[in-house]
Amino acid sequence: MAEEIFYWQALNRALDAELAADESVIVLGEDVGLYGGSYRVTEGLYAKYGEWRVRDTPISEGSFTGIGVGAALAGLRPVVEIMTINFALLAFDAIVNMAAKIPFMSGGQFPMPLVVRMPGGVAKQLAAQHSQRLEQMLMNVPGLRIAVPATPQDAWWQLRQAIRSDEPVVLLEHELLYFSKGPLDMALEAPPMHRAQIRRAGKQLTLVTWSRMVEISLRAAEKLAGKGIDVEVIDLRSLRPIDWERCVASLKKTHRLLIVEEDSHFAGAGAEVAAGLAERCLYELDAPPQRVAARETPIPYNATLEAESIPRVGDVIRAAERLCGV
Amino acid sequence: MEADRLKTMLRDMLLARAFEERAAQEYAEGNIAGFLHLYPGEEAVAVGVLRAAEPSDYVISTYREHVHALVRGIPPGEVMAELFGKRGGCSKGMGGSMHLFDRERRFMGGYAIVGETFPVATGIAYAIAMRDLPEVAICFFGDGAVNQGTFHESLNMAALWKLPVLFVCENNRYQIGTEIHRHSAVTEVYKRACAYQIPSKKVDGMDVLEVHAATLEALEQIRGGNGPQLLECETYRFRGHSMADPGSYRPQVEVKWFETNEDPLKIAIAETVTPYPDEEQIAAVGGDNIQRLRGHLHQEEVLTPDELETMRKAVAEEVEAAVRFAKESPEPDWEDARNALECNRQGEVLI
Ligand SMILES: Cc1ncc(C[n+]2csc(CCOP(=O)(O)OP(=O)(O)O)c2C)c(N)n1
Ligand SMILES: [Mg+2]
Repeated sequence: MAEEIFYWQALNRALDAELAADESVIVLGEDVGLYGGSYRVTEGLYAKYGEWRVRDTPISEGSFTGIGVGAALAGLRPVVEIMTINFALLAFDAIVNMAAKIPFMSGGQFPMPLVVRMPGGVAKQLAAQHSQRLEQMLMNVPGLRIAVPATPQDAWWQLRQAIRSDEPVVLLEHELLYFSKGPLDMALEAPPMHRAQIRRAGKQLTLVTWSRMVEISLRAAEKLAGKGIDVEVIDLRSLRPIDWERCVASLKKTHRLLIVEEDSHFAGAGAEVAAGLAERCLYELDAPPQRVAARETPIPYNATLEAESIPRVGDVIRAAERLCGV
Repeated sequence: MEADRLKTMLRDMLLARAFEERAAQEYAEGNIAGFLHLYPGEEAVAVGVLRAAEPSDYVISTYREHVHALVRGIPPGEVMAELFGKRGGCSKGMGGSMHLFDRERRFMGGYAIVGETFPVATGIAYAIAMRDLPEVAICFFGDGAVNQGTFHESLNMAALWKLPVLFVCENNRYQIGTEIHRHSAVTEVYKRACAYQIPSKKVDGMDVLEVHAATLEALEQIRGGNGPQLLECETYRFRGHSMADPGSYRPQVEVKWFETNEDPLKIAIAETVTPYPDEEQIAAVGGDNIQRLRGHLHQEEVLTPDELETMRKAVAEEVEAAVRFAKESPEPDWEDARNALECNRQGEVLI
């Protein structure tokens, strides 16, 4: 039975379910306990599971993420919440040098059941230091898996899968998605964590996107349909690995590729998508792949400039029209 | 202390309070967005410290820095315009509330990643020390920031190389929602300086005169080439952590969302009414800092009730003018953004 709930609620239920199912699951982060999480994701869990399972930390991202690594080495399944991805820059050593490397460097001796959850993206006038996605920085790290849920259903599925995985998983959430709503059916069986989903079927153009840009892209696709352009929207759901198969199958049908991403263009995640698909099926394409991405600037505080910094529905429509020669 | 200086500090504090309360109002009306971290309750720290500093000293602050900027002399209109995201703002609308900068006044920025002020201040102090100048880098930070690695790393280097930094902790006992006893093993921040043999002191941060005297003393020591000092100011913030603090807009948002299907963030922002503490709560931390200074001035007979009223009016007008300036200032455009991004290119054409 599906119900309409907020994205944060889906994450909250996933944590609750896994904390209940396995005593080795713990949650660590700033204000995750008594306060219930900056975005309510951990609400009620402190009261239910106590401070050893749901731990409020000081502002020490480097060390509490590293503590997650250590705890994972000793058999716990930590879910570390970093308040926003901007602060994760202080935890890159733990994520990149420790979590992603220890299983390999040890010759395969250790599981690393660590989940690092964090929201990223442009919200509302939070300025340059608080408006980053940085996904491409993590994509280049072998040993990590990156899930990017765009809906409450995926948030529920992918967080639970991440907690059950013995590999380190980064769950990239989005500040503007927490208060978005969608159906959640807790009984539905989950697809594999990295399987892409076709959010809208279409014949003329394949639009590959993820996270909050899924919604923007779907709105553009609706409008494009009215103009006679039939767009297939693929939600990648995972940025490492990427489900090439599903994208290639779509391109064999549409022969046109448009990538929509929130982060800036240069050396962004979209570059990997374009390169990966060109390697696999360049000759299927009728036109060069195109990217709609953020401007090459730190995000300005000013509201108008901020809004114009990242792709809007109109930008996606124009790019799709150009690609289809309209 | 001379009467003039006392009056200046009272005026600073009145302006600070009025400015911040007006900012809250403008936020509720939708003229300011984003995170807005306000300072009411903590004025004695910024005023006491910065009125003891020289114009040649550097100030490095956090995201809760409007008042530091005002006391430093950045015109209120430029600060307000920055909160409005306008071109007339001190960061030209690019930085916003958390990123006020004014190079001329050596206001070296508001930093929004907790713990950034330590290395920046220490680096500035390195540049001062190497050139043997009589200047000091004044580094503000909260009680929550001392658990960041940069605190320990920077204190060590500042002490090791005897750098002229004054570390000023604004201890308001909270790291957003986490009370100090739940985030720190040692809750008396000044004691942490001992680990690096940095002279340190705890003062009543609600008493502007005590803060001021302690700062003068510390700055004198630092200027004498004796290395860094740390001042812990015990204070209290009357408002919530920030206006858009997601934690403060919980249940009503959902209810309203169902009713109106409006943008939940907009609802949330409009609904953020942070209650003020009652007088009893304020008394428990030693009373309102402004009341205390006023009482002192009254006792010393340096300020008549009429003069106080005149001062209040002048401050109110100044805030009104700041808002007018902010409203009338134009929006920045992409040309401004590009100029900001490429300000160091010196006309070089890349590729
Ligand atoms: C590295 C980092 N982690 C987390 C945050 C989110 N955050 C912003 S302010 C704050 C609390 C800071 O408390 P404190 O240092 O005591 O300063 P106060 O806000 O009380 O003045 C937190 C956790 C951040 N901005 N940067
Ligand atoms: Mg604090």
